[in-house]
Amino acid sequence: MSNSRGNDRSPRPAAHPERPPDGAAVITRPAQAGDLDAIIAIDAEVTGIEKTDYWYELFQRYGASRTRQRLFLVAETEGAVQGFVIGEVRDWEFGSAPCGWVFGISVRPGARLAGLGTRLLGAICDGFRYAGVSQVRTLVARDNALVLSFFRSQGMMAAPVITLEKALEP
Amino acid sequence: MKLQKSTLLALYSMMEFARYPDRQIPATEIADKYGVSAHHLSKVLRELGRAGLLDSLRGVRGGYRFSGNAKRVTLLEVIELFEDIGARPDGPGGEASDTERALASVLSEIDEIAKATFGSITLDVLVKQLEMRRPRAVSTELAALPV
Ligand SMILES: CC(C)(COP(=O)(O)OP(=O)(O)OC[C@H]1O[C@@H](n2cnc3c(N)ncnc32)[C@H](O)[C@@H]1OP(=O)(O)O)[C@@H](O)C(=O)NCCC(=O)NCCS
Repeated sequence: MSNSRGNDRSPRPAAHPERPPDGAAVITRPAQAGDLDAIIAIDAEVTGIEKTDYWYELFQRYGASRTRQRLFLVAETEGAVQGFVIGEVRDWEFGSAPCGWVFGISVRPGARLAGLGTRLLGAICDGFRYAGVSQVRTLVARDNALVLSFFRSQGMMAAPVITLEKALEP
Repeated sequence: MKLQKSTLLALYSMMEFARYPDRQIPATEIADKYGVSAHHLSKVLRELGRAGLLDSLRGVRGGYRFSGNAKRVTLLEVIELFEDIGARPDGPGGEASDTERALASVLSEIDEIAKATFGSITLDVLVKQLEMRRPRAVSTELAALPV
């Protein structure tokens, strides 16, 4: 996830020229092949890197061959994709009971702070419940204040796990 | 994790103000609730006022009122007005020994986690947690039903 920060104290941003109009109906639904251009553009805008192959491959695994365990959803207002979320149910990873993992969520910068992130997370959680799990997890870079604040606002707390890493000697 | 007394008082106070943003709360009310001297608490509230998180109100009742954005003010912002949670006292002087450096790297790992945690939790998130933990008031209609 990127390091974009947004912990300013200002209230909602002023109307953005490309911002979906307030009150526009939001639809969350499974991603389709036709959404990929919009998804790639949103990701490129957020992360600064265009990764076309990566998204096509991800779509093959999570979108096209969708199962109850794998979810790739988009949020749409007035026919335009504004954000997406990806996740899957992982079974008995490191001994922990099956749980839903969210490993990507992004909302187009011009459409943020209008509840779309909340809708996307809610939709994927519904999917996880449907798949039979009762816990959802994610992994966020410690310095990504924006995404951390978002997940905290959704009631998520630190999991009883610690991620460890080390540089591999050449 | 241990925070200094003034820092804790600042956090308790901000929680009171954020929970009741329209209320004008006298310092003595919070001091009584947490069993601290009104003098100590006043110093803490003045600091919060200087940081723009509270409005100081004069008049007969006096007191303070919340003036921040509870959805954007993080616990870290409040804490850092009173202490630097990453600051470590200097070692015995001279070049730090390998042992000191090794231990310092563990301590700073813990500090970084603490900072990220405090920096991602807003007053609003904590107030909501508090509300959820409170036993829900039974609606009058439900209470009127025969058992
Ligand atoms: C995190 C993200 C998905 C949130 O989307 P969003 O549509 O703006 O989220 P919502 O409008 O539902 O916000 C819900 C809550 O999150 C918190 N939040 C969201 N943005 C915030 C910000 N800039 N600062 C502080 N809190 C924020 C708030 O508590 C907010 O509630 P509020 O609007 O009542 O204040 C979006 O900011 C984003 O896409 N960020 C970049 C993600 C990224 O780096 N992805 C990389 C690939 S995975």
